[in-house]
Amino acid sequence: MLSHDHAVELHGVSRVFAGRAVLDGFALTIRPAEFVAILGASGTGKTTLLRLLSGLDRADGGTVRVPRRRSVVFQEPRLVPAKRVWQNVVLGRRGTPARARAEAALTEVGLAAHVNAWPKTLSGGEAQRVALARALVQEPDLLLLDEPFAALDALTRIRMHELVGQLWQRYRPAVVLVTHDVDEAILLADRVLVLSGGRISLDVPVDFPQPRIRSGRDFSDLRMRLLSELGVAVH
Amino acid sequence: MADDLNHGIIKFNIPPPRQTSARGGENDLIDLSPHLVPAPGRSRRNGWLLRAAAPAAILLAWQLASSFGFVAAEVLPSPADIVAAFAELIRLGDLQAALPVSLGRAVAGLAIGGTTGLALGLFAGLWRIGEGLFDAPLQMLRTIPFIALVPLFITWFGIDELAKLMVIIAATIFPMYLNTYAGVRGVDPKLIEAASIFGLSHRQTAWHVILPTALPSILVGLRYASGAALLALVVAEQINARSGIGYILNNANMNQRSDIIIAGILVYAALGIAIDLLMRLLEHLALPWRPKLALA
Ligand SMILES: Nc1ncnc2c1ncn2[C@@H]1O[C@H](COP(=O)(O)OP(=O)(O)O)[C@@H](O)[C@H]1O
Ligand SMILES: [Mg+2]
Repeated sequence: MLSHDHAVELHGVSRVFAGRAVLDGFALTIRPAEFVAILGASGTGKTTLLRLLSGLDRADGGTVRVPRRRSVVFQEPRLVPAKRVWQNVVLGRRGTPARARAEAALTEVGLAAHVNAWPKTLSGGEAQRVALARALVQEPDLLLLDEPFAALDALTRIRMHELVGQLWQRYRPAVVLVTHDVDEAILLADRVLVLSGGRISLDVPVDFPQPRIRSGRDFSDLRMRLLSELGVAVH
Repeated sequence: MADDLNHGIIKFNIPPPRQTSARGGENDLIDLSPHLVPAPGRSRRNGWLLRAAAPAAILLAWQLASSFGFVAAEVLPSPADIVAAFAELIRLGDLQAALPVSLGRAVAGLAIGGTTGLALGLFAGLWRIGEGLFDAPLQMLRTIPFIALVPLFITWFGIDELAKLMVIIAATIFPMYLNTYAGVRGVDPKLIEAASIFGLSHRQTAWHVILPTALPSILVGLRYASGAALLALVVAEQINARSGIGYILNNANMNQRSDIIIAGILVYAALGIAIDLLMRLLEHLALPWRPKLALA
């Protein structure tokens, strides 16, 4: 079983595609209720890592230990178009209790009015909130978010940040958020990792208090540091 | 995705603005105010009128040509003659006797063939064993036009109801199989992955994710199979017809009654239209989640 002080334990994990190790001797531990953001250039293996954590994919070597209850929000909503919104939230479960749970979760993400809607009638942000509600009704100990806001417009993204922050405060799952957005990582996470060359090249705590303001001194210092680690020239 | 957007810079060649003509150019505002846009009700009525215009004109020309003796009644009877032939068929009770027989054949064949095609399609779509067992042979068999099987079916099944039923079954299995299989295989693997993350068993995934998502394709299969059933019915009723619409046609043929032959053909046509309407209604009821697309 998992020790009580860790929600995720990875040791010496490797994942090889076509002879190329995308993850190589990868190690990571995450505490319960810790919010970890992962940054990295495209193709550095962020999705591969998340698929290992979710159980959708298996490592080629090493140990991967994760909680039993896990949920994922993918970059796309992945809703079943033929099922109403509430049925998507409690996919595979039927009856009044399931519906009540779905309604409660949808209310939390601000979609009480769309309980009976069809997925194709939702906007991108709404569909992604349904995906978030669907992840929450699982009451996960580990919530995996793979660039869930990348396809959303800037305003919707800000609302989603607030929503995810609130939900994390309330339910306290360990969260792994994969993102391209350095600001997003600093705004939300306790700890930011930068992935490169199949390993973690930088692991920094974000220890200044919430709510974090983008224009704050700590914020911009950390942003500089992360950007330069990611190889982006900063002027 | 998001970073791709930043890299790809696409240049558009913007054409120079056209010269505006005296009557107003491309840059003028156009008025889309509600009172100027035709109301849906009116445009629907106009649509009906528009669609009815050509057939009505043809009917009128046909009737006039017959009335003035331009076409011989034995070759092409007038619309009025055909209406009279219908009246005759109904008065003698022939049509009332034939319709249930023909419909019964088509429905029974469609039910058996369609269910078989659906079952095979689901089996091949959902299970690898099913695909291995059935897909290659079925893909080969489907290239045979079912009409070519008629002589063989007569030697195998005789010239009575069984042969007729088998022809219709043979015609309906494949459209149902192909569309079911394609529908099941066409379900986005990402949805199936999501279902597995949220703890659905294989059975639940098939029932709650794959089948509902494949339903549009399955209904397309049903629609094709229904059309095929009608076509096969017409062919099958040529085999020693002793009842049904084929029997009416056969008798009329022997008696040189082209008015009744055309009436019989029109009954087949009406069945085709009825089937199509029924299928559309079914799709409408079964797929409420599909956005309705229509180009004016
Ligand atoms: N199923 C797969 N088969 C082969 N190569 C893969 C597969 N999944 C990922 N890869 C490769 O692994 C690398 C990392 O991919 P990914 O984890 O998706 O990166 P990202 O950090 O952008 O999410 C990429 O080079 C990708 O081509
Ligand atoms: Mg990725």
